[in-house]
Amino acid sequence: MTDRGPDSAGIAIYDGAAAKGRARITIQSSAPAVDFPGLEAELGKKIEAKVSSTVKSTHAVLDIPAGKLDEARAAIAELRPNVRVMGAGEAIEIYKEVGLPAEVVKRFDVTKMTGSHGVGHTRMATESAVTTLGAHPFSTGPDQCLVHNGSLSNHNNLRRELIRDGMRFETENDTEVAAAYLSSKIAHGQNLGEALQSSLDDLDGFFTFVVGTKNGFGVVRDPISCKPAVMAETDQYVAFGSEYRALANLPGIDNARVWEPEPSTVYFWEH
Amino acid sequence: MTYHNPPTTPRKSATFDDYAMSEIRRAAATGIYDIRGSGAKRKVPHFDDLLFLGASISRYPLEGYRERCDTSVVLGSRHAKKPIELKIPITIAGMSFGSLSGPAKEALGRGATIAGTSTTTGDGGMTEEERGHSKQLVYQYLPSRYGMNPRDLRRADAIEIVVGQGAKPGGGGMLLGQKISDRVAEMRTLPKGIDQRSACRHPDWTGPDDLEIKILEIREITDWEKPIYVKVGGARPYYDTALAVKAGADVVVLDGMQGGTAATQEVFIEHVGQPTLACIRPAVKALQDLGMHRKVQLIVSGGIRNGADVAKALALGADAVSIGTAALIALGDNDPHWEDEYQKLGTTAGAYDDWHEGKDPAGITTQDPELMKRVDPVVAGRRLANYLKVMTLEAQTIARACGKNHLHNLEPEDLCALSIEAAAMAGVPLAGTNWVPGQGGF
Amino acid sequence: MNISNVATAPSREMDFARRVFDLGENSLRELNQALHNLGPGSNETSWEVLNPKGSHSVAVGVDQPVAIDVRGSVGYYCGGMNAGGAITVHGSVGPGVGENMMSGSIVVKGDASQYAGATGRGGLLVIEGNASSRCGISMKGITIVVRGNIGHMSAFMAQSGNLVVLGDAGDALGDSIYEARLFVRGKVKSLGADCIKKEMRPEHIALLQDLLDRAGIKDAKPEEFTRYGSARTLYNFNIDNADAY
Repeated sequence: MTDRGPDSAGIAIYDGAAAKGRARITIQSSAPAVDFPGLEAELGKKIEAKVSSTVKSTHAVLDIPAGKLDEARAAIAELRPNVRVMGAGEAIEIYKEVGLPAEVVKRFDVTKMTGSHGVGHTRMATESAVTTLGAHPFSTGPDQCLVHNGSLSNHNNLRRELIRDGMRFETENDTEVAAAYLSSKIAHGQNLGEALQSSLDDLDGFFTFVVGTKNGFGVVRDPISCKPAVMAETDQYVAFGSEYRALANLPGIDNARVWEPEPSTVYFWEH
Repeated sequence: MTYHNPPTTPRKSATFDDYAMSEIRRAAATGIYDIRGSGAKRKVPHFDDLLFLGASISRYPLEGYRERCDTSVVLGSRHAKKPIELKIPITIAGMSFGSLSGPAKEALGRGATIAGTSTTTGDGGMTEEERGHSKQLVYQYLPSRYGMNPRDLRRADAIEIVVGQGAKPGGGGMLLGQKISDRVAEMRTLPKGIDQRSACRHPDWTGPDDLEIKILEIREITDWEKPIYVKVGGARPYYDTALAVKAGADVVVLDGMQGGTAATQEVFIEHVGQPTLACIRPAVKALQDLGMHRKVQLIVSGGIRNGADVAKALALGADAVSIGTAALIALGDNDPHWEDEYQKLGTTAGAYDDWHEGKDPAGITTQDPELMKRVDPVVAGRRLANYLKVMTLEAQTIARACGKNHLHNLEPEDLCALSIEAAAMAGVPLAGTNWVPGQGGF
Repeated sequence: MNISNVATAPSREMDFARRVFDLGENSLRELNQALHNLGPGSNETSWEVLNPKGSHSVAVGVDQPVAIDVRGSVGYYCGGMNAGGAITVHGSVGPGVGENMMSGSIVVKGDASQYAGATGRGGLLVIEGNASSRCGISMKGITIVVRGNIGHMSAFMAQSGNLVVLGDAGDALGDSIYEARLFVRGKVKSLGADCIKKEMRPEHIALLQDLLDRAGIKDAKPEEFTRYGSARTLYNFNIDNADAY
């Protein structure tokens, strides 16, 4: 994965066996030794619920009651103003950092993680800053995440429109605009498939998107489809990569159906 | 005494000036946008808006001609087994055979070789005239891939992947049918006499991640011997320089909006891209941010005319400069000697820019066998060599006056600016002040 | 060349001149350097590459008539600028297989990604599976034969050469085409600007039969194909064609 971009890497992992009625918030801090100790207890007291946490390097996953997700996010902002929320939902955990993908994978012990599906990304930053928050995946809605290969050309105007519509942004990154665009469409009642379809009309530029949700993931490419994309399907799994090399070590790859998504076509897989 | 109504003086609009109106009439009459050669002609902040401070008491100057002031430069030391070593930091930019006549290409090779520098092919492949007469030849790898082949790739001294050029960042090209002679058509695998369109993107890669893989391929084909340059138009110099470096380039070539072209829409030449002066500091900043300044070399082009321009570009952080238009003028392009013939073409010496039409009285931007006889490659090559040497002496004169024993030791702090605009673009103080306007990013 | 880095041939091929490179053990650099070190008349005419696992630039810049079998799938630009090599990929290929090929042949047993045969100048590229978008983009003399389907924008700005497709073609086939010849047996989703259907005259039938023979295809007849090529309306600029540019 490292070869396509040395700047940062990230992964969203979905725990298919997440406990019912519970939700999780992945947070990140540049000073974990200062921010993480005691947060579990303080947050539990504030939202009057049982909170547990798992710390992995600069990230921590907080386990909370599903009904208290918004409340908990507000409380975290108050208790630890320097902590950033990477993502939240019933199944999603997000880990991302600056650096080579191999180092990031090692730092978060990604090889030991399990889940129903996951989305990973390595970044060669084009215009926006190389920061933790600028790393992909971007998560702008519950259990949603997005990774992008390409470069959008109308994201500044779109960002202004989405801000007027109430969306909040952490970075100047074009991909965050795409993620927020999809979240906004979903918040306005579209399903993910419809939102991806709309993106083909409203987003200008080059993109291959992979979108993760609680139950599965979707893929869409812009009408020109210059940026690479390859799928592998077997009875056991569906996998996406920018190129075959990323998939070459999957079990059973030699007998998988390997194909490329068509331009302007929305694909979706659910459990 | 009787009063009458005095007429007001006829007043022409500053907005709809003679040129704007002539353009409207031309468009209405012909139904085609204006295509021309050369670079931006409008006035933009440039090197003339900068001055060197020189030495007096606080700094000690070097003695002219006696105390050494080195001008050499090594290009491509990052990855290439055989970097290019040049005697002077002034190279000849890529200009295609097809756009230029065979004798003109040969003259460029001869002149550059005498002066100890490199010349560059263009969008049309490598010719024997050029290879044979250029000691060091940079082979351009362009979206069209006209004339591209592995043999020439291997007999080049460096390879320049052209992503864009200053005259038209983001654009392709169009060589009108008049210049597609039998030889040009054969080299480009095209029918004779048709308009030749050049694509704006490469056919087999898009974006920086793919570029990295493309660079790997070219390195593998050439056994990691040749420096790989990446040429970009001066559009988003900070990002494009950083991405070229991340993709693995040995050298970044940055061409500002005054950089010339053989043929592009006038609207493109004059309205897209940034002045050369404004491109250098962001590109140098990108190299510095990545810890690659002087490790990946930066060649700046677009409106370099004399040794002062060379010295200023180097002081702002470039490792070398490249000349195209100036080299053609040295060969004899737009020379008043041909004024009668320029008049017949409805223009005048110094303004002739219809290079794509192939009627160049100076025999340089043409494929007409009679016209191209006017270029004697030996004489024209000597003129180019003279000019390159003069520029080098001029740059050395300035560097010595600033106390430098190498042109590369010139710094931004050796400069001040005459205008607020130039001060902001070059990131140097306005003359007589310590004020550098426009700090805080691009 | 560092001989110690080169594995000796396993006995299963029964060919003592065969050179084997395992990309799990040897570097890509070693492979390509060894291929480039071959001079004219070398007796090392048979090569095998194992475990490519999607590697880029496998067997690029080959300039001797050697046979190279690649066992597995490769990444970008396999056989790039090939001049005389006979490369067989027993798997699928990533973007730009045989880009700017000069001569020789490349046979892909599986599928090809984007830009197959881009700017190719000569030789024969056979893809036994499907090719995705931009197959034959800017081709300049190469012959490309695809047993399956090809994707959108194939033969964009194709200058010369032949593209033969036994299956279907995607959108915008032959957009801005010059003098390349396109033969498609199946359906064409849409034609690009200035590309039109053309008559199959006897010389085209003969040409196509020869191309199919060279590609080793016996189960398709030239008469089943439709020929496409340039309408030549964009060869000289006319403002009334501006929509097509």
